[in-house]
Amino acid sequence: MSYVDSSVAAGMTVTPPTTHSSWSRRDFIKGVIASGVSVAGMSYFGAGCTTPLPAQTGGVERLLSLTVNGQVRRVDVLPGETLAMTLRYKLGLTGTKLGCDRAECGACTVLIDDVNHYSCSTLTHRVRDREITTVEGLESPDGTLHPVQQAFIDELGPQCGFCTPGQVMSAVALLRANANPTRQEAREAMSGNLCRCGAYDHYLNGVMRAASEA
Amino acid sequence: MADLLGKDYAPPDVSGKVTGRAKYAEDFRMDGMLFCRLLKSPMPHCRVRGVDASGALAMEGVVAILRADEVPEQAGPANNILTDEPHFVGEPILAVAAVTETIAQNAIEAIVLDLEPLPFCVDPLESLRPDGPNARTDGNTVSSGEVQEHKWTEADFEAAGEGQLPMGEPGAEWSYGDIDAGFAEASIMLDETFVTAGTSHHSMEPRTAMAYWENGKCYLHASTQSQSFVHPGIAAYIGIEPENLVYIAEYCGGGFGSKGGPYPLLSIPAHMSRKVQRPVLMRISRAEEYFLGSARPGFQGRIKMGFRDDGRITAVDVYIVQENGPNQGAGDMGAAASAISIVYTPLNMRYRGMSVLTNTPPRGAQRGPGQNQIATAVEPLIDKAAKQLGLDQVAIRHINAPTHDSLYGGNRGPITSAYMREALEQGAERFGWEERRARSGQREGSKVRGVGVGQAFHSAGSSGFDGLLVITPEGKLNIHSGVGNLGTYSYSTTSRVAAEVLKCRWENCEIVRGDSSRGLPWTLGQFGSNTSFTMTRTNFAAANDAVRKLKEIAARRLGGSATDYDIGNETVFARGNPSRRLTYAQAAQAAIEMGGAYSGHEPPEDINALTRRAVEVVAGTGLVGVARDNLERNGMVPALAAGFVEIELDLETGRIEILDYLGVADCGTVLHPQGLATQIKGGGVMGFGMAVSERHVYDRHWGLPAAVGFYQAKPPSYLDVPSEMDWHAVDQPDPGNPVGSKGIGEPVMGCSGAALLCAISDALGGHYFNRTPVMADMIINVASERSQSHGPLQVNTQ
Repeated sequence: MSYVDSSVAAGMTVTPPTTHSSWSRRDFIKGVIASGVSVAGMSYFGAGCTTPLPAQTGGVERLLSLTVNGQVRRVDVLPGETLAMTLRYKLGLTGTKLGCDRAECGACTVLIDDVNHYSCSTLTHRVRDREITTVEGLESPDGTLHPVQQAFIDELGPQCGFCTPGQVMSAVALLRANANPTRQEAREAMSGNLCRCGAYDHYLNGVMRAASEA
Repeated sequence: MADLLGKDYAPPDVSGKVTGRAKYAEDFRMDGMLFCRLLKSPMPHCRVRGVDASGALAMEGVVAILRADEVPEQAGPANNILTDEPHFVGEPILAVAAVTETIAQNAIEAIVLDLEPLPFCVDPLESLRPDGPNARTDGNTVSSGEVQEHKWTEADFEAAGEGQLPMGEPGAEWSYGDIDAGFAEASIMLDETFVTAGTSHHSMEPRTAMAYWENGKCYLHASTQSQSFVHPGIAAYIGIEPENLVYIAEYCGGGFGSKGGPYPLLSIPAHMSRKVQRPVLMRISRAEEYFLGSARPGFQGRIKMGFRDDGRITAVDVYIVQENGPNQGAGDMGAAASAISIVYTPLNMRYRGMSVLTNTPPRGAQRGPGQNQIATAVEPLIDKAAKQLGLDQVAIRHINAPTHDSLYGGNRGPITSAYMREALEQGAERFGWEERRARSGQREGSKVRGVGVGQAFHSAGSSGFDGLLVITPEGKLNIHSGVGNLGTYSYSTTSRVAAEVLKCRWENCEIVRGDSSRGLPWTLGQFGSNTSFTMTRTNFAAANDAVRKLKEIAARRLGGSATDYDIGNETVFARGNPSRRLTYAQAAQAAIEMGGAYSGHEPPEDINALTRRAVEVVAGTGLVGVARDNLERNGMVPALAAGFVEIELDLETGRIEILDYLGVADCGTVLHPQGLATQIKGGGVMGFGMAVSERHVYDRHWGLPAAVGFYQAKPPSYLDVPSEMDWHAVDQPDPGNPVGSKGIGEPVMGCSGAALLCAISDALGGHYFNRTPVMADMIINVASERSQSHGPLQVNTQ
């Protein structure tokens, strides 16, 4: 039944990264395989559950400090836990969406040190001491939207809206790396974010508008 | 009246989508919430002889197991909640609830099943053979809700020519005119066998659901396109009265037909929650979406068409075998035939169809169900005829296109309006069809240019539903919408009709929606391209009811008769003396004091029970406008669309670069230009996927799926479509709608897919694949003059 969904066997050790260099999907999968945790059936604890958490084994420190949207958050993280699960189920940041949980769709895109990453395929233990930005962290303190968010409204980028936070984050990452992209550059930079509603043209209009107005 | 309609605006829910504040079903949490996972069938058809769950139940943190005998059994070949006789790989057998999702999944893995494999089928034609397998133990077709066995004879199969669809006794048929006479009149004839693949919906949001119970009521958060329309059906799946269900679906992360009606899956957390007396969240994985997320039926078909010298179609004889999944399935084949009757208006026509059960995921409506498959199948053949007749591709469509007096379907019903000719004319002009056509076939290195035009249709409007609004004592207009939020923004745009009729500032309006406890009227679901037509009417009716009440209240309070009064600037005033007036706030206060119909305490008799309960929620809070849409509707409401594509095809790699796309809509009066643009372009993208990449694939030996991920089933990405796409609307009012509107969501997909396939055939100098999707290897095979790796009728090809 492995094609349906794989089981999850948490409890083994994931070696945390020794450097802060970026890592690849291959590294991620290797890490997951090493931990005995399969990709498709990634697990998590539900925030707010009244039942005590069962004891876990493994040599990784579980209580982490994560820097999310400029705030240091203390959070209890399992060895094989993905950043998407930590954000959504431990920190209450549900703007980050899970569309596939297997690095295909980009709905879970967040920034790690200004670079867009699939948080469904990033182990939380590997982003200690990194700056994590989610869609909730883009607005100014006075509530002013980020230029990309405003441009997506002006161009009516979202349709169903489920992929939108990921599209926003990829656009923000692009504009931080390249403030004046061509439309072709934007198209390539955004290509890791699927939209089944097919709103690509409108999202690209939004990216170009945000670039011109920033 | 055009202060609001026809103008762009920011719909109220768009801000939440860009900030992440929009809450979808999986974004809700409850204290003590359990997680639920499904044990699904590993076989395409089997019987559960035994379940040993002792190991699972002994695991720490496992709370309960839910079996099929604990949930309402669904009558007939319906989609099950849980079952002990699964009919497709991935059908849920049981559910496990645990304190964490990890434990729930580990428990699933610890359950030992004893399964008896049963015969299965993944190819309809195989099932129709005299000794072919049946998808269900009691048969291979469904008629009037009953499973029947339906086989063709050896002679039927032998009668078909090599590679042609056999045509045994059909399960459905209709005809008009005299097809033999029609064919006799024709100058050329085509007799073509075709295959269109089944496809997944690929909604970005997996169909997660969360439920809990309070004071005997079930609170359910789930993902559906529709709000009120699904309410009674969901209540039935849970086994409760509709008034005991609070249904919350403020956002829906894509549905494309798969979440239009109630579906059994979302009742599982409700049943589990009732059993364990705790909130339960059930997340559905991407892989599970390929089993439980519905699918478009594939076709194996044959069409005979006769054409006069001028391109006019004299007769059509079409036979469609539909791959229906194991259950009741979908009505695509009949819808496809009706689409032919209106898109090409053949002078004579016969339709025959055979819907065959297969052990593949249950089928349901997918954007343009039937209409879009047939568009991708038939449109290239129209080009084939045009080539033989020496006609332009646009011209041959123009001569066959419907006009206002065209008739629809086998029963030849009237239609409300049709501007397909204008769509073709204006589209060809805007696209620069002539110049592009002139450079079709031009080669540069291994790349060759091609152009294509495609057409599609969907019936796009209904009537007889209810509208509800409240003018509050604060002077606000609350427009209650039961439509649902699919992402088209039509729930909002149709609400603007109420504001328009009442001459209210949009800033002063709130759309009340997303939660049945807020008092939402009975309306049709958000599907079938119908919202723009249907819900402008309901809002028009409710707003007119409010206008009447405003005038009556003014007459009662200020003297004179209601006919002396008019509305404007959110006041009701005497025509002869505008200073004799009540503000809407004052009128609402008066309505509360006067009671009766004015305050919603005496609702009209003809509204739906669900609307009646919604009125009870709002009664006494202001001036209540509520009415059933009793406006006249004379005929089917056609949404029509034409797409224009230019491509560059690489003959060495089979890669298709779509250079330009224009989609043109006949959707009546345009209500929201930007929203329409997103539909035309987004539908265009989805059509491209249908044409050249998306498909289900099932292994014929084991019945196992091979496309259970985006990378396998291939919806288009940014890089598969043009970075800019163009759109246009004919913008002519439909006489059947008070603001001239018709729907459009579905044909804007079919026309793009058809146009792309036509462009590929054009680039290849007139090779017609008679198959969707057209994959790169098929193009290379043609370019290098090799035969294809599949037979003409083969399904489940790569």
